[in-house]
Parts: sequence; structure tokens; C-alpha cells
Amino acid sequence: MFGFCADPASLEGSRWLACYLTTPKHMAFYVSFGTVLLLLALAAPLALAFGFAGAFAKRAGFAPVRWLGTGYVAMVRGVPDIVFFLFVPIAMDQGLEWMRHKILCPEVTEPIRRGNDFVVCQAAKLPLGEAPQWVHDAYGFTLALIAYAVVFGAFAANVLDGALRAVPKGQIEAGAAIGLSPGRITRRIVLPQMWVYALPGLSNLWMILIKATPLLFLLGVEDVVYWARELGGLKTQAYDYPHPDWRAWYFAGLLVFYLFLTWISQAGFDRLIVRVSRGMPNAGAGSGAAA
Amino acid sequence: MKTLAMIAATAALIAGPALADGHAIRMGTEGAYPPYNFINDNGEVDGFERELGDELCKRAEMQCTWVINAWDSIIPNLVSGNYDTIIAGMSITAERDEVIDFTQNYIPPTESFYVGLAGAEVDLEGGVITAQVNTIQASHIAASGATLLEFATPDETIAAVKNGEADAVLADDDFLKPVVEESGGELAIIGSVPLGGGVGMGIRESDGELKTKMDAAIASMKADGTLNTMIKKWFGDDALVF
Repeated sequence: MFGFCADPASLEGSRWLACYLTTPKHMAFYVSFGTVLLLLALAAPLALAFGFAGAFAKRAGFAPVRWLGTGYVAMVRGVPDIVFFLFVPIAMDQGLEWMRHKILCPEVTEPIRRGNDFVVCQAAKLPLGEAPQWVHDAYGFTLALIAYAVVFGAFAANVLDGALRAVPKGQIEAGAAIGLSPGRITRRIVLPQMWVYALPGLSNLWMILIKATPLLFLLGVEDVVYWARELGGLKTQAYDYPHPDWRAWYFAGLLVFYLFLTWISQAGFDRLIVRVSRGMPNAGAGSGAAA
Repeated sequence: MKTLAMIAATAALIAGPALADGHAIRMGTEGAYPPYNFINDNGEVDGFERELGDELCKRAEMQCTWVINAWDSIIPNLVSGNYDTIIAGMSITAERDEVIDFTQNYIPPTESFYVGLAGAEVDLEGGVITAQVNTIQASHIAASGATLLEFATPDETIAAVKNGEADAVLADDDFLKPVVEESGGELAIIGSVPLGGGVGMGIRESDGELKTKMDAAIASMKADGTLNTMIKKWFGDDALVF
């Protein structure tokens, strides 16, 4: 990074630190903070979409759809998150490869499962073996993202279901009385009013989502926890910048990062609640219904 | 950039051109076990196995890319096809051989060292000994009667000895030697035990063709002496060679 970094062994003090903190490996660490933020930015709306789908499915008049919604929520809520995080990416990856193998390589007659091995033809691999590394990274990230959306979507479905129920009956009856169709009642009356009941529960979920991001590390995505552990570990002369075990410092850095993230989120939600409560007679009092 | 990557990944899911000719393989390693394999300050895989792996790929006429995977899931992810080889200082053992195949060894059987705090009295058969999870050292400790304390990474085993959580760590000599030398007298080698059948490359049992190619490449490096030169370069002049 800096001109004087050419010979790390000769450096001392602040120059050593400046060079050390700007190695390409550290840059990868800094980028991984972006990975976490990107995951949050994509997982939240996706989980909300799953949540709405689940909530409306649970309330559907058509019984099979209702069972689907209730089953989804009950299943995800009843299984430890970590099991789901480990299960969804593996199941999706192998399921997709299995399907691609059946479609792309019909000529291969050997079974896919051979003893311990899961073998699909080269063309069916996801991503392809010769794809550049970033494609593999993006693929792993996408699988993780879907796992987050499925898990947090189920919780969001429950929160939204509760919030939809919390909208006073009189409002809906008033809508019907002036001749609005059920769809318009939902769009014009129920949805705008339910946010005040949903937000406290959703803000909880958001906080839990932030704190669940280190699970990325479990899924093989090189996130902040991976890099903190890797960079902080004891480094011998095999490395350019040898140092003792500094993991405590790196993890302290993560602590500050996560505290900052949750603190700023809380501030954001506080403002949002004020905003959605405008014109609501029972603003703030309704929060208990959804939490 | 990330968004582009996502779109491309999604596109790869849907389309996926059938270009594979079997010559591109992915090499799985841990990246946390210097000098065998580690991630250098440029963020690249480095170490003895990086140099060896690149040379083997050249001789076998394959294009290799390097993949980092945590040690404790390195075998499951090989058999499920995330990468094609394990080249991560993995000793050849009968238990592992039931799950995956190994090439011939590229490092001869070496000693494992017990390392503890300098000057401390350690009972190697009754004390608390630490090792990385799923290693031959961990099985050895479990069989020896000592209390086994396992960690996911080699780093954590060293830290456990330094902070007194464990009396000693058992690991490969070549990993521990630099750690002891650079500890400023804090750590000392307090025992040794020969373990394992040397280090080999792990390959799926169904991947016989790749195993044959890699075996031939290793044999040719043994025959012309380049493997011995490489071992001495990374593990010192007194390292065991073929």
C-alpha cells in the first residue's frame, strides 16, 4: 500500500502497523464487513417477502394454502436455527446439482451417490469447476442468503400475522360498509395500519438477524468472524508480519462493529415507529400485540 | 460488484454452459497450518503444499484453483464435491482411508511433538493434552489415557497451552518447531511420538482417474529429486526426505 512497506522485516512502530493494517489480507477483512452489510441489506427484504407470503398463506381461505403457511411457520420455528442453516444450503446445492445432472448428463448411467461420494457430471456442477473463485463465493453467499430468508421469514410471518389481526375490526367493517372489495380493504385499510403493530416485533427480528450474521462463517462464507480469527491468530516468521496471538483485539473490534450496528438500527426504528404512528389513535399502545 | 456477482451466480444456476473438460480441478486446503499451508499477507494460499500442488498440477497438465475450507468439514465437503482434492497436511490413516482415497505420501512419516510451557512438569499420559479436532494426534491422545482437549484450529491449541488451559499440545513437528523457536523461551518440546503413515493427498473414492494422475505426478517428483528439494526448502535441511 505505502512505498515503505516493501521490506516488512525492517519496519518498526507505527510504520509497521500502518503496513500491517493495509496488507491485501486486511483489505479482505475490511471488505468482509461489506459482505455482512450486503447480507443484511438483502436478507431483510427477502425475509419480509417470505413473511408476507407466510402470513397471507396462514390467513388464506383455501385450506391447502393455509396448511402450507401454518406448516412453514411451525416447522421453521420448531427447529434450531443452526440446523436449518446447515440443512438449507446443503439440500439446495445437492438438489440443484442432482436436477442438473439428470437434465444435462442423461448419458451417465452410474449412480450419483456412490458410497460416501456425491458425484454429478462436470457439466452439472454448481458452480462449474473452472468458474472463477468469485462465482463460487457468490454462489455460497446466495445459498446462505436464502437460508436466512427462509428462517427469518417464518418469524416475520408470525409477527405480520399478529399485526394483521391486531387492526381493529371496526376499521374493516367500516370499509365493507362503504362497499370496498376485500382486496381493497386489505390494501387501503389493513396494510397501512398494521405497521404500527408489526414494527416492534420486526425490529426485534432485525436485531436477531444482525446478531445471526456470524453464522455465515459456519456456512463457509469468509465473513468478519473468519477473518478476525485468521488474522488474529499467532503468526510465525512464515508470515511477513509475525505477531503473537491478537485474537482478543480483533474480536473486540467486531464487538464494537456489532454494537454500533445495533445501536444505529435502534435509533432508526425509533424514528420509523414515530412515522408509522402518525394519525393512529392508539399509537404506541398497540405494540404489545405484536411483540 | 457483489450485486454483479450475485446476478452472475444466478445466471450460472439457470444456464451453466457445459464447458468442463475435466482438466480444471479445485484443491481444498485449510490455510491455517504453516509451513504446510497458510494464507499469506497477500491473502493467497502459500506454503509447502501450495508450491507442491502447483507443481503437481503442472505435471498432471491440469488447471488448479485453491479453495479454503475449515479443517473439521474438509472431508465431508470433498465427498460432496465442493472441491476435488484435500492437500492440507493430512496424514494417511486407516480410518480416513475408509471414507476417502489417498495418493502415495508426499511427506514421509514424521514425528509429532508434545509442546508445553518451558520448565513445567507434564504428565503426558494423565494430564490435559490438546490437539486439533479430527487429527491423528487427537486420536493418539484419546488412546493414551490423557484428557483430550480439542480445538477447531491449530492456533487455538497453542493458545490453550500458553494460557494454562492445557498442559501440552500434540501436533506435527514441522508445525510446532517454528512456534517453539519463536516463543522466546516460553514453550519447550517435552516429548515426541511417531504417528501416521505420512502425508498424502485426499481424493474421492469414485475419482480413480484423478488419483492415478496425481500418483504419477508425485512419483515423478520423487524420482527426479524435486520433492526432496521442496521439503528441505520449507521444513529445513534436517527434515526427513525420501
